[in-house]
Amino acid sequence: MLLSLLFICLLAAGLLAKVNDMTEKPISDAKALKLEEAIKNVVPPFDNNPVNESYKVATEKGDSLIVYPAKKGDDVVGFAVNSYSDDGFAGNIQVMVGFDTQDNVVNYAVLAHAETPGLGSQMVDWFKPQVQELSLIEKIFGFEIKKTETKSSIIGKSPGTTNFSVSKDGGDIDAISASTITSRAFLEAVNKAYAAYTQSENYTSTGATIVPEEDATEIKE
Amino acid sequence: MTKNIRILINGVVKDNPVFVLLLGMCPTLATTSSAINGMSMGLATMFVLVCSNLVIASLKNFIPDLVRIPAFIVIIATFVTIVEMVMNAYLPALADSLGIFIPLIVVNCIVLGRAEAFAAKNTVLSSLFDGVGIGLGFTLALTLLGVVREFMGSGRMFSVSFFPEDFGVTLFILAPGAFIALGYLVAIFNKLQRK
Repeated sequence: MLLSLLFICLLAAGLLAKVNDMTEKPISDAKALKLEEAIKNVVPPFDNNPVNESYKVATEKGDSLIVYPAKKGDDVVGFAVNSYSDDGFAGNIQVMVGFDTQDNVVNYAVLAHAETPGLGSQMVDWFKPQVQELSLIEKIFGFEIKKTETKSSIIGKSPGTTNFSVSKDGGDIDAISASTITSRAFLEAVNKAYAAYTQSENYTSTGATIVPEEDATEIKE
Repeated sequence: MTKNIRILINGVVKDNPVFVLLLGMCPTLATTSSAINGMSMGLATMFVLVCSNLVIASLKNFIPDLVRIPAFIVIIATFVTIVEMVMNAYLPALADSLGIFIPLIVVNCIVLGRAEAFAAKNTVLSSLFDGVGIGLGFTLALTLLGVVREFMGSGRMFSVSFFPEDFGVTLFILAPGAFIALGYLVAIFNKLQRK
């Protein structure tokens, strides 16, 4: 009895060790690729290796965010900041936010989240300019249904000049309908990224942006 | 051979794990918010089911009755871990969206249920057919539920947009919609089967 169980466990352990050996490299490759893709998507084209040149920046809360500088030749063309928020509807949200040298948001990518599918999970595309995708019945019958328009995009705007909080809180960004908590958390993460990288030593803004007096990271309740 | 074919068809129709046996409700309700998620979850479970059925059926004379449950669980857990590692390596996006439900296949009652009720009593070949049948039944049920929920909720089917998302009923993507859709599907399935 003992022997047979032991034998089965040994066999299982051996098999798993073998599979682990085989998949270890692909798994770490996939993770690295995901990070690289995220950086590539959020900053202007670059030719350096941002992952190798990344550095950490302390935030006001005492933790740190990783900043990936994107360079073309010797010129810095933008920064990708790996930011997060713990105030999502279902906890932690990880976002990669890219800024150009004028402090404008180039793009963002949500790296990890556990928000409600269909509601909070819309943040993956919500804060980008709306894409008019025609549905099948519109294509077949050749008419277009007017969709609700929102001013939800953060692309091309800077947290220094635009108030990055939801319109319900007096900000300039429309929250995801029925997901205000997620929207607040997302914008908090973006503001945190902005605050962290503008405060870093390597920060050199070529834009004439003056950081406004009121704290951009503050999210009003 | 006809017996084995019957076992396979039974798994999909007469013993459909979701619509008839009402087993494995947790992944059924949680992972079917879109058709592709439901289908991948079904396929992952099917793989585990087939492999564990095969191994358990071939080891059944070697495993003493007293320790059969721990032995089955070890075998099932091994295959689940393999699925998880392979998925993380080659399909990271899918692994992200299925999340915790892949490791949870270990405690899926369909897998242990089939090991205990079928594989431990039948030949290797029959067990293989049973695994494929039940696995197919599970996959079809999850895909169907995913299609219904995705279509009602966001006007899409396998990510192809049929009508604008604004007209979708968000409820269907959320948990209550899963229960409603499942209830109706079970009713329809049983009605059709009784004829």
